[in-house]
Amino acid sequence: MAIEVRIPTILRTYTDGAKQVEGSGSTLGELLLDLDAKHGGLRERLVDDGGLRRFVNVYLNDEDVRFLAGLDTPVKDGDTVTVLPAVAGGAI
Amino acid sequence: MLRIAKDLYDKIVAHARADHPDEACGVIAGPAGSDRPERFIPMTNAARSPTFYEFDSTEQFQVWKEMDDNDEEPVVLYHSHTATEAYPSRTDVSYASEPGAHYVLVSTRDPDNSEFRSYRIADGQVTEEPVTVVE
Repeated sequence: MAIEVRIPTILRTYTDGAKQVEGSGSTLGELLLDLDAKHGGLRERLVDDGGLRRFVNVYLNDEDVRFLAGLDTPVKDGDTVTVLPAVAGGAI
Repeated sequence: MLRIAKDLYDKIVAHARADHPDEACGVIAGPAGSDRPERFIPMTNAARSPTFYEFDSTEQFQVWKEMDDNDEEPVVLYHSHTATEAYPSRTDVSYASEPGAHYVLVSTRDPDNSEFRSYRIADGQVTEEPVTVVE
């Protein structure tokens, strides 16, 4: 058992084109570190010094982790983590 | 080139007009790989702003999951500019994350005429493309 992580098209360059990868850890932060060991550079696209990047959405099962505990959100085997780039923009 | 049915074109413009002066935004989904926009999905602008739009993250998750289950993809991503031209701003370009999608911009700055234009945005490059409206 592991944690399944769904990767959006734009980040699949880090996963050799894979739509889905697996990782482990007890929190989302640990999971991202584990993934980065196998898919170097992926974590930096999701996290900066202040935590999760503003325009990347990360969901644990079907909940935005911003409404949980961010990088400290507990994760366990059998969970699904989904990454989606936010769709945003504007006139200025 | 973007080929889009007249009723979908009209729905995008109507959504932009309805939310004016705030920016409106949404998706038209289509079968994966088909490049055919078919299913109109208006989205909530979580920013509720005249100069910014952002999909509500929970709604986006549900819509993306639905598309995945239906073997669809976002063929068109649209939003409106309410006081400026229908051209991608620097913000639009920096957040664009679907290189395969048609980015449609509608300007509602003129109450009588809606500008409707389409672009590809990939690797920070904006390329305008012709729009063909079909009955």
